Amino acid sequence: MADPMRIRAQAAGDKVTVRVLVSHDMESGQRRGADGKVVPAHFIQTINATHNGKTVMSAQWGPAVSKNPFVQFSFTGGKTGDKVVVNWVDNKGDKRTDEAAVV
Amino acid sequence: MTMQRRQFVQTSSGTTALALAAAAGWLPAQNAMAQAQAWNKGAFETKTLAEVAKALGGTAVESKEISLKAPEIAENGNVVRIGASTTNPAITQLALVIEKNPNALTAVFDVLPGTAADFETNVKMGQSSNVYALGKMGDKIVYAVKEVKVTLGGCGG
Repeated sequence: MADPMRIRAQAAGDKVTVRVLVSHDMESGQRRGADGKVVPAHFIQTINATHNGKTVMSAQWGPAVSKNPFVQFSFTGGKTGDKVVVNWVDNKGDKRTDEAAVV
Repeated sequence: MTMQRRQFVQTSSGTTALALAAAAGWLPAQNAMAQAQAWNKGAFETKTLAEVAKALGGTAVESKEISLKAPEIAENGNVVRIGASTTNPAITQLALVIEKNPNALTAVFDVLPGTAADFETNVKMGQSSNVYALGKMGDKIVYAVKEVKVTLGGCGG
């Protein structure tokens, strides 16, 4: 199981800006390890976020997204104390869900 | 008689264990497959901008409606902060494409109702390349382009 995500959701009026720092290797499948063999690709394929049960962000990623990916997005209609839940699934079927309250 | 019973118990418990293992093994696999379907494999295996546009369902036209936030020079190709945004409400998807990466398409963000069409993320770049931000509206693809110079590659090595 991967390490928790760091999620920061900040409200400014009606608009909530969410910054997520995911802990994931995001191995591209292009790199060679110390033994000269190609390190198999291991990367997040889908990531999405919900706010009060409504999906506010949904994305598909390729292997070219950085290691320990960062993503920023914003949505309207949120207020302080609301819950934002982020979850991802990678190409090996690993998944993780984390939540944070809007501040 | 006892021997037969013992055999019966052994075989049946063996089968149960197998069935359980199969069930345990299969469930995550099925979930993973369901998720993989949502991931547009064909689009992520494309090599050029034109192919990406085709995979997303259209042909790409340059437009001022999309704005791309990218650095002029990236010192480290492993982490390049790139953002795409648009003001056009007709755009339903924003995609980031790095032309000279082994696979051009990097990320696709769906623009959902209530969500601002403004996303930022970190990407890897193998070498200096044109970076495109694509917006999809219906069967039309619009894009903005910027060249990013990379002084240290992020792929291979």
